[in-house]
Amino acid sequence: MSIFGKDDQAIQKFAETLPIPEFPQCSFSKSKPLASAKIAIVTTAALHQDGAGFELGDSDYHYETLSRSARNLKLGHHSVNFDRGGFAADINVVYPIDRLEEMLSSGSIGAVADTHYSFAGNQSASVSEIRLDSGPHCAQQMLNEHVDVVLLTGT
Amino acid sequence: MCTLAHVFEAAGLATVVLTPLRRIAERMGVPRALHTRFPLGLSLGKPSDTVFQTQVLQSAFELLEENAGPVIRDFPISISATDGEPLQCALPARLNPGLHPAVDEAQALRAAYERAREISSKTSVGMRIHAEDIPEALAKIARIADGEDWETVGFSAESIYGTAHDIRSYYEELACELAEGPIAPWATEQWFYEQTQAGQVILKARRAMRDKQVEQAVWFGLAPAGRP
Repeated sequence: MSIFGKDDQAIQKFAETLPIPEFPQCSFSKSKPLASAKIAIVTTAALHQDGAGFELGDSDYHYETLSRSARNLKLGHHSVNFDRGGFAADINVVYPIDRLEEMLSSGSIGAVADTHYSFAGNQSASVSEIRLDSGPHCAQQMLNEHVDVVLLTGT
Repeated sequence: MCTLAHVFEAAGLATVVLTPLRRIAERMGVPRALHTRFPLGLSLGKPSDTVFQTQVLQSAFELLEENAGPVIRDFPISISATDGEPLQCALPARLNPGLHPAVDEAQALRAAYERAREISSKTSVGMRIHAEDIPEALAKIARIADGEDWETVGFSAESIYGTAHDIRSYYEELACELAEGPIAPWATEQWFYEQTQAGQVILKARRAMRDKQVEQAVWFGLAPAGRP
């Protein structure tokens, strides 16, 4: 048996056969020009701060808020079958918050959101919780902060 | 990620997904996706490579110039999960021959772990135990490797899983402090299970549990599926 995360064939088969929810329509929102847009990161790496976060066996499908200045984050995606060494070396390989700050300094983007968000990647089969509850709630929080663009990263 | 992209776009937010799984993005009709042919766990490709990570982000944000979707574009550079250089990371000499080698090793590496934690301001150790508990936890795992019953040693199914997670995190984080050169994909995992006493004793304990017909759900997740 191969190690899943190192086996490209197994990963591609997974991507081809994983049951997925259907979205009959593709909403497509245009943003203002990048140089004036406010960016937020939403990651499905289950990042969280010590004492909060995602417990083994969690089934409430909540999300965590990550303040712009927080770097003391734990990786909650704990499967043994993917590479965690990159995150151990550099948080930005999963959560590129420092790169956004640099792009703001260089004028490439308009603003970095004060709050970013973290979900656990292991959702229910129907993903109904993030479609109907936590996802729209998170979207509203970002709209309240006048976020224009969401960068989505996983693990 | 793809579901959230649909939800956020419907709410009026523009989204860009970084994904190594092109077929999932295609099948789900995700509004904007940059297909990053990087190993799972490495969304931006190369840890500690500011220039490379910025290139990835610039490519992702270029998708915002498109007027209609779904749109999926391939980032031109791919990274293999298997072709990276092995980790060059020296391990300490035995200090206390009276201890199990994994316990001795973990104790000797504590200072490196603390330096790594201070430099990075973070640690993923703590699912079940903390850094100071690592040597004692390895002593218990060594007893399982030597034939003792895993529950008699004092573990539950949840605690042994979380403990194995924390031991691996402790080693992988300190390896990033001790290693020379960039951290290649899977290099810390390979180093941990093939070079360290801790990784070896976890694998040995896992084999012992398997051979004693312990329920698979208890031992299988203590190491990657392909590790014997």
